[in-house]
Amino acid sequence: MELTGAEIAIRCLQEEGVEYVFGYPGGAVLFIYDALFNQDKIKHILVRHEQAAVHAADGYARSTDRVGVALVTSGPGVTNAVTGIATAYMDSIPLVIISGQVPTRAIGEDAFQEVDAVGITRPCVKHNFLVKDVKEIANTIKKAFYLARSGRPGPVLVDIPKDVSNQKTEFHYPATVSVRSYHPAQHGEVGLVKQAAQLLLGARRPMVYAGGGVVLSDASKQLTELVRLLGFPCTNTLMGLGGYPATDKQSLGMPGMHGTLEANMAMQHCDVLLAVGARFDDRVIGNVEHFNREKRNIIHIDIDPSSISKRVKVDVPIVGDVAHVLGDLLAVLHGSKQKPEPQALAAWWAQIEEWRGKRCLGYKNSDEIIKPQFVIEKLYEVTRGDAFITSDVGQHQMWTAQYYKFDQPRRWINSGGLGTMGFGMPAAMGVQMAHPDATVACVTGEGSIQMNIQELSTCKQFRLPLKIVLLNNRYLGMVRQWQEFFHGNRYSESYMEALPDFVKLAEAYGHVGMRIDKPSDVEPALKEAFARKHDLVFMDFRTDQTENVFPMVPGGKGLSEVILAEEL
Amino acid sequence: MRHIISLLMENEAGALSRVAGLFSARGYNIESLSVAPTEDATLSRMTIVTSGSDDVIEQIIKQLNKLIEVVTVMDLSEGEHIERELMLVKVRAVGEMREEMARIAGIFHGRIIDVSDKTYTIELTDTVSGLDSFLQAIDRSLILETVRTGASGIGRGDRVLKL
Repeated sequence: MELTGAEIAIRCLQEEGVEYVFGYPGGAVLFIYDALFNQDKIKHILVRHEQAAVHAADGYARSTDRVGVALVTSGPGVTNAVTGIATAYMDSIPLVIISGQVPTRAIGEDAFQEVDAVGITRPCVKHNFLVKDVKEIANTIKKAFYLARSGRPGPVLVDIPKDVSNQKTEFHYPATVSVRSYHPAQHGEVGLVKQAAQLLLGARRPMVYAGGGVVLSDASKQLTELVRLLGFPCTNTLMGLGGYPATDKQSLGMPGMHGTLEANMAMQHCDVLLAVGARFDDRVIGNVEHFNREKRNIIHIDIDPSSISKRVKVDVPIVGDVAHVLGDLLAVLHGSKQKPEPQALAAWWAQIEEWRGKRCLGYKNSDEIIKPQFVIEKLYEVTRGDAFITSDVGQHQMWTAQYYKFDQPRRWINSGGLGTMGFGMPAAMGVQMAHPDATVACVTGEGSIQMNIQELSTCKQFRLPLKIVLLNNRYLGMVRQWQEFFHGNRYSESYMEALPDFVKLAEAYGHVGMRIDKPSDVEPALKEAFARKHDLVFMDFRTDQTENVFPMVPGGKGLSEVILAEEL
Repeated sequence: MRHIISLLMENEAGALSRVAGLFSARGYNIESLSVAPTEDATLSRMTIVTSGSDDVIEQIIKQLNKLIEVVTVMDLSEGEHIERELMLVKVRAVGEMREEMARIAGIFHGRIIDVSDKTYTIELTDTVSGLDSFLQAIDRSLILETVRTGASGIGRGDRVLKL
């Protein structure tokens, strides 16, 4: 039987086992929406802005190991989606975005709602397609899913012109797909894995630096086994939190600009650094020249060859899937009689404990005014560390990364690479869809939340009982912090005037709003909010306006050139 | 350092813009770029002349390989190779310069492929620097127009880049 292109597209999604499509209809995708209407396997989540559709699909993908799917119309549908796509691209999140396009004959004529979707998304997708023949839809969607989830994952866009979605052909979903120009590595080179094992066993000041690749590759089991087997310290990046349990004593917390003193000093002063699924980015190692001043051997495991020796030259480059390579590395280590030199390791740990003893995350609590760090600590306690936490971007994001101890992967959902304000709430919607019975909270700021506030409406429609933890300091806090440190306290446009009454706003959307002004009310409010299993509760915590995120390695500085809270 | 990179990619709409976009997005130099289909109609051959430190060239090759439509990449400069570029030059040729221009073109193995009463159009195929030498050898004010293809390259001897 012949099906229309639209029906074929939907059948393809069904074949891929897609549960949810996050989207927004429009002219160019009307046939696809019609096909969606005539089936009940896939549930469509109607967002209020296309950016949120992509973030929601992204949150769904990050909190599971599945591909997130978004569906948008041509023109503004695509341009609105671009921020979401770029967010996913920077963090290597597997997504398939299906966009409508104007009819084939109208392409290039500046037709109504026409935009060159393939052109405008090219720099921020793993790959994209314009499907000009209905016979190519099935094969293209198959390829899109394969590309999105294999190798270094990423978003893939499939642009389907309206006429193509209405033409008919036989439907056949290919069982397999191969792309002759695409062969992502699985296993690392055996010789290099052995070399890595030798370096690790001979290390006197070892350090494990684990990034988002550990989470994406579902390799936290292997990483944890390796770190414990060797007795080494481990730091997890912003993208890698939960890849190694944060409450474990071998965890040094997060490295980087707002990382812990112990993690940064150990990164700087180690003699063997094992980098796993991490990319030495500017927010992690700061100034490259400063980082390179210390001599150390670097082993780098990454699925993407272009991530290796991009910013920092490495000694043992291992291209492969992190889970596979760590498995192979473990096998070599288990088979070796050699153990790391205990005395050297003990001395190294003594040095680390000295750094840790500075308690760089200490802060002065107050009875008068709510400290944002205190809210996150209480959030951790009230949720017993067992929630899915999404965040937006800014100070609240850093405080959450610092004070919420993630013991499991895929629990911490944030926009690390692109740093997209407005990501948190829509991402939380996707997480909640994927885990309907789980506790899902979004930690946000009054700047970020307003960038996708309209999604409170989506949450109402689909009864998503998110808990919004707004750290409201009436400032674009991170901007204000940089202006305080580096721009002579000139707070240029970083004060958020005319803020809404968030309690009334939440209520207007049909949710529960709470305003918390006193430190003593923080814990009771959180308890009450999280006890309301079926309600979205929007908590407006009025926090200290002048609080800064510490420690801080200023932009362009080296990891040991850190500013601690006590130094100011 | 100058490098000449040869690559095969899927002969599909948009593949060229992915490569060009990569160079501009990542701030890599591009001296010349030439592209045409190969004997296998599904593949295009692209030759890119670029320059950069060893680290930059390594990244360029890796980033090119990362593009889904790029099938295979080779840095021709890593081994013995031959480079040629085609140039068409239109020069003013009047009076005694007519004979002189024909003579210089002959020295550089150029062919005069079009003639008008005031101009010659000369075709030359040579290395990039060979073509530069020709342009330096003639009076600049006589050059009306130059059209160059950018370098094409191929490995010497048995060295081939194919599927």
